[in-house]
Amino acid sequence: MFGTYLYRELSNRRKQTTIIAAGMALAIALVMIVSGVAAGVRDAQASVLASIYGVGSDITVTQEPEQLVEGEPGQQQPRFQFGADDGAATDGTTELAQSRLTSGAGSTTFDADALSTAAGLDNVAAATATLSLNNVSFTGEIPTRGAAEPGAAAGAEPGTEQAAPGGPDGAGGSAFSVETFTVTGIDVAGESVGPLTSVELVDGRIFETSDSNSNVVILDSGYAATSALSVGDTVEIGGEDFDIIGTVTSTSSEATTASNTYISLDTAQRVSGLDGQISTIYVQAASSTEIASVQASLQSSLPDASVKTQEDLASSVSGSLSTASDLVGKLGTWLSVIVLAAAFLISVLLTTSGVARRTREFGTLKAIGWSNGAVVRQVAGESLVQGAIGGVMGVVAGLLGILAINLVAPVLSASAATTEAVGPGAGRGPGGGRFGDAASTAAATTDIALQIPVTFGIIGVAVALAILGGLIAGAFGGWRAAKLRPAEALRSVA
Amino acid sequence: MYELTNLTKTYETKRGTVSALNNVSLSIPTGQMVAIQGPTGGGKSTLLQMLGALERPTSGSVVLRDNLLSEMPDARLADIRARTIGFVFQDFNLIPTLTAQENVETALAPLGLSREERTRRATEALDTVGLSERLTHHPAELSGGQQQRVAIARALVKEPSALLADEPTGNLDEQTRDEIMDLLEGLWRDQGLTLIIVTHDSAVAKRAERRLHLKHGSVSEKK
Repeated sequence: MFGTYLYRELSNRRKQTTIIAAGMALAIALVMIVSGVAAGVRDAQASVLASIYGVGSDITVTQEPEQLVEGEPGQQQPRFQFGADDGAATDGTTELAQSRLTSGAGSTTFDADALSTAAGLDNVAAATATLSLNNVSFTGEIPTRGAAEPGAAAGAEPGTEQAAPGGPDGAGGSAFSVETFTVTGIDVAGESVGPLTSVELVDGRIFETSDSNSNVVILDSGYAATSALSVGDTVEIGGEDFDIIGTVTSTSSEATTASNTYISLDTAQRVSGLDGQISTIYVQAASSTEIASVQASLQSSLPDASVKTQEDLASSVSGSLSTASDLVGKLGTWLSVIVLAAAFLISVLLTTSGVARRTREFGTLKAIGWSNGAVVRQVAGESLVQGAIGGVMGVVAGLLGILAINLVAPVLSASAATTEAVGPGAGRGPGGGRFGDAASTAAATTDIALQIPVTFGIIGVAVALAILGGLIAGAFGGWRAAKLRPAEALRSVA
Repeated sequence: MYELTNLTKTYETKRGTVSALNNVSLSIPTGQMVAIQGPTGGGKSTLLQMLGALERPTSGSVVLRDNLLSEMPDARLADIRARTIGFVFQDFNLIPTLTAQENVETALAPLGLSREERTRRATEALDTVGLSERLTHHPAELSGGQQQRVAIARALVKEPSALLADEPTGNLDEQTRDEIMDLLEGLWRDQGLTLIIVTHDSAVAKRAERRLHLKHGSVSEKK
């Protein structure tokens, strides 16, 4: 009887059923989408952090840079110096090229002994160090000294084309360009933590132990493509030629890897002249419960270092991804709560008003022997099924919404805070940007397409909320029905 | 069947205490057909609710087959109503979303019968009241007389020992009234029911073995 009665009520009171179910569906869909977006944003943040800091790193150790004082030059500013005989002179111009490998402007390196200290601490499962560098290449043409002077051209061989008056810019000046890319020196022994743990090989091979101190390089596949480089080619880093042995891409298809190029740590230290120096230590704790204690030990052992967990780093992610995270965390959550509360309220009000409208009906049922419990079960059952219908509709609507967002795949940019100095005038020469600026920004900024994961957890939460809404409405409606005294309910009839 | 002793029922209203029944003592033997008449507000419906275990007296007692209704908990009263007492209402009180057969089955729901047994007994009951062709009709698709027949089938399908009817012909025309009364009278005779009818209609009351008059909460026998 319960099922028949319930079916008849819901199918014959379609308007009420539709309103309650639609309200519930809207709320459930919104909750699903907001929860999904939140999960997607979290995944994106994790992806960004993984691409920058690698997979498996629980803690990173860096050195806080010294704040620079206004008016003082920035440290390690790339400076190119050419001798009188440098460059190849042809046709009245001299071509100059020079490549320098330096630590990022404003970044700080520290003694590699810190790695041994970190690795020797209790509950440290693995530790590795990297050296983050910028390669700045200068290429340019200047007028050859004396070529533009009167008579200089008199010695030219007959039939030889005279150099055009003026310099390479056509006005007696010079033309030059500066290119930068990031270089990360890593331990080629293959530790389980570090930047290369979040990449996968696209072409060639990864490092082997024998690559230590060799001039071999692995490129980010995106950088290789834009620079028209491939495995087997050579690339100049710090004035030395490096053989490209492989290209890699981020395991997150939407994110770039942490660096444009990767070379062995030993080589990086030698070519940059930063022997015995590192810029970051990546530490993996023995278990997730030991992260806090390892962080404390590291901070105690390396008092000048900045010791950050993944949680700390997540808060350093900025850009539109961070904005999306804030939006989901604040507006989205409150919107979900408000819509959910409204849906519950509508459901409760319609259910209780339905009970009021059916007073005579329930009074009759009680008069013919239905117990209070049977009447309450009937009312609650109807509400529960209405909630469940709304839940199913909401899950479908939510999945469609998530599908739509995933198809659009809005691209969010994310930047991870670096340890770059931000003091006034830091490293900036008059009238121009600092060499390496673009490179240091590129290393920490990535675009990532938002993808909302659909998990059984999200669907489960949605269904649970729908059932909860039905139960709440049923509880109110049932309570109202239980309070009905049969004699009073029938009094209007008698 | 029924023993009412010093039955009093008062209601508290904003205007003060209203006395619906005043010290009513009454005995109704099993199988008797009783008509209760009286002016509006005289206490007829209140008395019927006491007899039907729907209301508790302010004082006094109601005994139905050795069951002291006035002292029983709600759950036990519901069980008494489910097994022993049938109700017929002036407005039929059918559930509009259920078919005729399903309406009749609602009276069997508290008895814990199987679905097949409920269906069989509901079909038989509707056949008894002449509605075997209207099993799947909803109340809105039935005439007033047919709806009251469904209500009578619902009251009788559980085979109660008492049938309480509150103005069962109040909303029917004379011809239909007579048909319904013929049906009730026939069932009363055939099944040995105790039939108690509240009515304004003297034509209906005259069919009863015994007529009671209720005025200002006091009952008197009417010859």
